Amino acid sequence: MADDALPRPTPASPSRRGVLAAAAGGALLVGFHVPLPGRSTAAEAGTAFNAFIRIDRSGVVTLIMPQVEMGQGVYTSIAMILAEELDADFGRVALEHAPPDEAHYKNPVLGVQATGNSNSIRAWWKPLRQTAAGTRVVLVQAAARGWGVPVGECRTEAAQVIHDASGRRAGYGELAGRAASLPQPTDPPLKQPADFRLIGKPLKRLDTPDKSDGKAVYGIDALPPGVKFATLMASPVKGGKVARVDDSKAMTLPGVRQVVVLDDLVAVVGDHMWAAKRGLDELAITWDDGPNANVDSAQVWRQIRQASTREGATAKQVGDAASALSQGEVISAEFEMPFLAHTPMEPMNCTAHVTPGGCELWLGTQVIARVQSSVAQTLGLPPEKVVVHNHLIGGGFGRRLEPDMAIKAARIAQKVDGPVKVVWTREEDVRQDVYRPVYRDLLWAKLSGDKIVGWKHRITGSSVVARWLPPAYTKDVDFDAVDSAVDVPYDIPHLRVEYVRDEPPGVTTGFWRGVGPNNNVFAIESFIDELAKKAGKDPVAFRRANLDKTPRLLAALDLVADKAGWGSPLPARTGRGVAVQVSFASFIATVVEAEVDEAGEILLKRINTAVDTGIAVNPDTIMAQLQGGLIFGLTAALYGEITLDKGRVQQSNFHDYRMLRIDQTPPIAVHLIKSGEAPGGIGETGVTASIPALRNAIYAATGVALRRMPVDRSLLARGGRA
Amino acid sequence: MTELHINGELRTVDVPPDMPLLWVLRDVLRMTGTKFGCGIAQCGACTVHVDGKAIRSCLLPVGSIGDKAITTIESVGVTPAGTRVQKAWLELEVIQCGYCQPGQIMSAAALLNAIPHPDDADIDAAMAGNICRCGTYVRIRDAIKRAAAEA
Repeated sequence: MADDALPRPTPASPSRRGVLAAAAGGALLVGFHVPLPGRSTAAEAGTAFNAFIRIDRSGVVTLIMPQVEMGQGVYTSIAMILAEELDADFGRVALEHAPPDEAHYKNPVLGVQATGNSNSIRAWWKPLRQTAAGTRVVLVQAAARGWGVPVGECRTEAAQVIHDASGRRAGYGELAGRAASLPQPTDPPLKQPADFRLIGKPLKRLDTPDKSDGKAVYGIDALPPGVKFATLMASPVKGGKVARVDDSKAMTLPGVRQVVVLDDLVAVVGDHMWAAKRGLDELAITWDDGPNANVDSAQVWRQIRQASTREGATAKQVGDAASALSQGEVISAEFEMPFLAHTPMEPMNCTAHVTPGGCELWLGTQVIARVQSSVAQTLGLPPEKVVVHNHLIGGGFGRRLEPDMAIKAARIAQKVDGPVKVVWTREEDVRQDVYRPVYRDLLWAKLSGDKIVGWKHRITGSSVVARWLPPAYTKDVDFDAVDSAVDVPYDIPHLRVEYVRDEPPGVTTGFWRGVGPNNNVFAIESFIDELAKKAGKDPVAFRRANLDKTPRLLAALDLVADKAGWGSPLPARTGRGVAVQVSFASFIATVVEAEVDEAGEILLKRINTAVDTGIAVNPDTIMAQLQGGLIFGLTAALYGEITLDKGRVQQSNFHDYRMLRIDQTPPIAVHLIKSGEAPGGIGETGVTASIPALRNAIYAATGVALRRMPVDRSLLARGGRA
Repeated sequence: MTELHINGELRTVDVPPDMPLLWVLRDVLRMTGTKFGCGIAQCGACTVHVDGKAIRSCLLPVGSIGDKAITTIESVGVTPAGTRVQKAWLELEVIQCGYCQPGQIMSAAALLNAIPHPDDADIDAAMAGNICRCGTYVRIRDAIKRAAAEA
């Protein structure tokens, strides 16, 4: 392994590449070639078979990643899928970030080049298997023709075509040139699961060795030659403008080079971030706050509560819910969710170099094509003149589905000579987020014994889809905002789900890990516990009685109840809470055990979760995503709330926008259910699971039915308000 | 001019003495393994060793370090504890996005330097200053125990 082949922060050039052929077996290469089907690129880059597979003469198989790696392990899982059907040697694969190219890399389900909605494996499972299998077919054909033997007598293994009868073998590297000129079948036969060599095995991730010793290069680590460093402050009120700036003191600081004043933001450019940060602190900025100057959280809640009194647009209708709920005892409850920030550990950043005819960008993004097109539009350039270098992502969670950090960096870079790295302070990252919407859910149900016979669910909140993907917002329903509600897993003969769109004042809303199901699973599963109590049933028994039509979920519930010791005695003020969900096409049941102390503080004791996500491409990654997702949800349940005053976000950093820490984290056991079904989504499922399960644990421990998140300790303290 | 002993080398930098070590490492010396997360010592992403102890470099003025030995993620693997921690991290596949992990690994290696066989309370005390947004805490705990067992 040549040391100089490792990815380095400098220089960031298109030819930079690194091959890590570690003893662990992984090979990670990250480059920026644009592969074109059927065209042989430079000899060192190898022969391109299609947009996803390139093979060089030495037999190294380069796999181009249509989805981005932000910790979810997708580079490894996608590489496994491709390598499986290709019969590549997994120890000799190299990975490459896909360039911006909607035609080749748009997510087949989302319809845009984006990584989100726990869609990567679900969407690419079949197309990538077909692509790799088609590539394998032409490699076999090339070998068989060369040897003059029937294709059917050849097999493949570890990047070789093998003819057992004659003992001949040919490596993919030597076959690539001839094979790539053959037409690849679009619907080749795929392997039977019993023949999988890679899929289903807990393989080591390809991206983690470089992440253990500081070599991994994130967007924030990009250092193109001559780069300067900047940090910024945008109007603290949405829609506000810069009135005036006094930079006289800032410009006297050592290392401060330039103050850039745009209509809605101010940036300080310096020799390093410290100079830029100090410079920003020393600016005297006067803002014109604009129309949102007086927005506060009370106004936000007044507005959404009022909106939720309206009847919504129909999202789902089964039977006659209106009649079913018109007589006898109807149980109802209201649930509310707060604004949330994303706070990935890598703060927002983008490095930009604007030249007279073009722009070059370095960042980690979930939407590389959207970054390219929106910066091109901002600068008045054709998209192809905007070169975007994608990087490993230090946490996405939906935040990097937005191009705003790139647009701001490009606008600043227009005023700067040479490349400039714009790094947001954490305070700016928290205060200039796109926030998970506030939601208000109203639920009504009617019981007959332990059966739910009528159900109505009204979801009120902002439509992220209407802003982010306008054509997908139809019939006044945001399909994401009602996800996991329209497909509520219970057997309910008369059901209505409706949606009221209400856009909050003073903030922009965005996708946040768990998206719509986060809100809906919380409301539904909290309500189900209240219905169970009304029916006089144990929460697990009540769910079992209403889950006949969803056997995969019932199996998960039974497994988790067993593993969690459901029903066994617990100390005072300690409870177990259960939540079940079908979200992102995965079936998950979770039990959280928690103690509520005298002051109302929550002590997490243990978590069990059982998951049927179909075929588990990399089981270890699935376990890791559940573990992490559960913790992400618990953070939101225990601490997450963004509030507004005078149009300004009041939180700023990890002291007032808190995260769960290791000393609060309980043991978490994930129980994976074997399945032959197509893979489901997994990256967001833990988040949606832990919030209602914790809420129900608190309900069991104290009898207090919390109706909003985050947890209000004052309701739980002994002798508290409840 | 400030002289710093970093990863066994003497480095000279021309920066203000109140400049935090984090930015000297990242922006002046271009050693980007050490990460910026919060700037107020709340998250631990910027953790380095100073004479073997875990320190948040985002609030550590370079002028205050003197001739103490600074070790960063790029070089912690040459220490016995650092090697064991990195190995355990990969064996148990701790890492997700990885951005906080240089800091986690530095804190864990410092813990093992101080307490070769930490119990859960020791791990809590040493690691509670390091936030992981991906939520890798369960595996961090297991990996520290594995690294300790191999001492």
